[in-house]
Amino acid sequence: MFWEQLLNGLTLGSSYALIALGYTMVYGIIQLINFAHGEVYMFGAFVGLFLVTAGANIFVALLGAMAFCMLLGMLIERVAYRPLRGKSTRLSALISAIGVSIFLSTLMVLYRGPNTTRYPAVLGDSTFQLGSLQVSTLQIIILVIAALLMVVLELAIKKTRVGKAMRACSQDLEASKLMGVNVNRIISLTFATGSALAAAGGVMVGIYYNAVWPYMGTMAGLKAFAAAVLGGIGSVPGAMIGGLSLGVLEIMGIAYLSSSYKDAIAFAILILVLIIRPQGLLGQKLSKKV
Amino acid sequence: MNILEMTKISEEFGGLRAVDNVSLSVLPREILGIIGPNGAGKTTLFNIITGIYVPTEGQLLFKERRIDGLAPHDIARLGIARTFQNIRLFGKLSVLDNVRVGRYGVTRSGFWSGLLRLPGGRREEKETELRAIELLELVGLADKRHEYAQYLAYGEQRRLEIVRALALDPSLLLLDEPGAGMNAGEKEELMAFVRSIRDQLELTIILVEHDMNLVMNICERIAVLNYGRKIAEGTPAQVKNDEQVIQSYLGAGV
Repeated sequence: MFWEQLLNGLTLGSSYALIALGYTMVYGIIQLINFAHGEVYMFGAFVGLFLVTAGANIFVALLGAMAFCMLLGMLIERVAYRPLRGKSTRLSALISAIGVSIFLSTLMVLYRGPNTTRYPAVLGDSTFQLGSLQVSTLQIIILVIAALLMVVLELAIKKTRVGKAMRACSQDLEASKLMGVNVNRIISLTFATGSALAAAGGVMVGIYYNAVWPYMGTMAGLKAFAAAVLGGIGSVPGAMIGGLSLGVLEIMGIAYLSSSYKDAIAFAILILVLIIRPQGLLGQKLSKKV
Repeated sequence: MNILEMTKISEEFGGLRAVDNVSLSVLPREILGIIGPNGAGKTTLFNIITGIYVPTEGQLLFKERRIDGLAPHDIARLGIARTFQNIRLFGKLSVLDNVRVGRYGVTRSGFWSGLLRLPGGRREEKETELRAIELLELVGLADKRHEYAQYLAYGEQRRLEIVRALALDPSLLLLDEPGAGMNAGEKEELMAFVRSIRDQLELTIILVEHDMNLVMNICERIAVLNYGRKIAEGTPAQVKNDEQVIQSYLGAGV
């Protein structure tokens, strides 16, 4: 029982982690909570659905959704945030983000209606016994894909020229410019990367829970945000750990307490973290720049 | 041909003229000092040259090309690099990665070629690393290349910042108070180092500095700013004996 719940928790948590990465990367670089990020995830789920319905293989659908959301993320940054950058307060950008979030979910309602759509059964889910453990192949696939994406992300940030520039920008935007780094381009690529990961999360959650709806991004986005804060906002490994922990805690809460507390758990954790350790598990203590 | 040509540059911040009608020519391969009391506009001038500020008036030519109004990263790519008064390294990157990022402006490999580990990108990564190590050896930091920059000693951080600037293969290097916080011995070393990179790398160097001894020793020419205006320019000897400079800045006893 416990081990099965743990596996369920990790599966859910890996989707939180994929979304949380986008929050944390964007925050790390421009100190903006991109509240439209949950809607990017929702769009990812729908694009995946569209492609699967059109007969695409699940991996093609996954890549297609990621590519689409990369462009969507870059577009959002270009239209809703860049014009405000350097010219107005961080609060304006935050309000702009909330505006984009409402716009995107409403757009999807206009297009699809507000109801839930079921995902066609693309991956015949089967279960197998692993010792006393009942494991679903779908869970394994989701966990493997999520792990793979996170490894690629980690390598990209640590090893590539652009990834290093991303880390430099998150530490000192102005100094980075003077190294010849086109900061606008790096910010754009950060949105693209985070959005692609969220899209992957959207497609996998859509398949796993067999349901997508236009407002699915709201709650998932908020919880992933809580996960990013738990891990330490701005920290990439923090988002991974925060996402996984939140998923596990939520599932354990459902299993051992009551399913009615499902959504309360994430936010209770968010509040506790903010009180006890505001910088999160792996975050740095905030010190004002002089 | 002057490498940098400032013509009647002014910078205004809400009515305050931080830089006021400054014209200045910089010759190739010279070491030019800019001195002046606090708030004289020295760092503002650096910020104008590097594109952080766009001058309110005047024009700026680098290698006979207009650069005022260009984005900072484009100016950097043309070959102007700088260090900062208060060290601004990427503390949570390794020493080596700091220099690698410093090379960003002269390398090309893009997002996808990096992600997919294409051969072109990998070759470039390798070259970048070799060049970075070479530069670190210049200041004796090659052995510490895997440490986080924030854990280096103060003097090492100063040197790393210069090396990070050199990574851009600049032809013009701006040093903002390179000797700040150094003791006399370290300043001696710094001067020798600045001269040696000028000679080896064929650099033009402009430095802002408070330590008169250091400036007078190392600079071939000096420009003096006061309240945003240039009040004198010339060799160290000329500047030292300039009436206006003595009155407004150096004071008696220097």
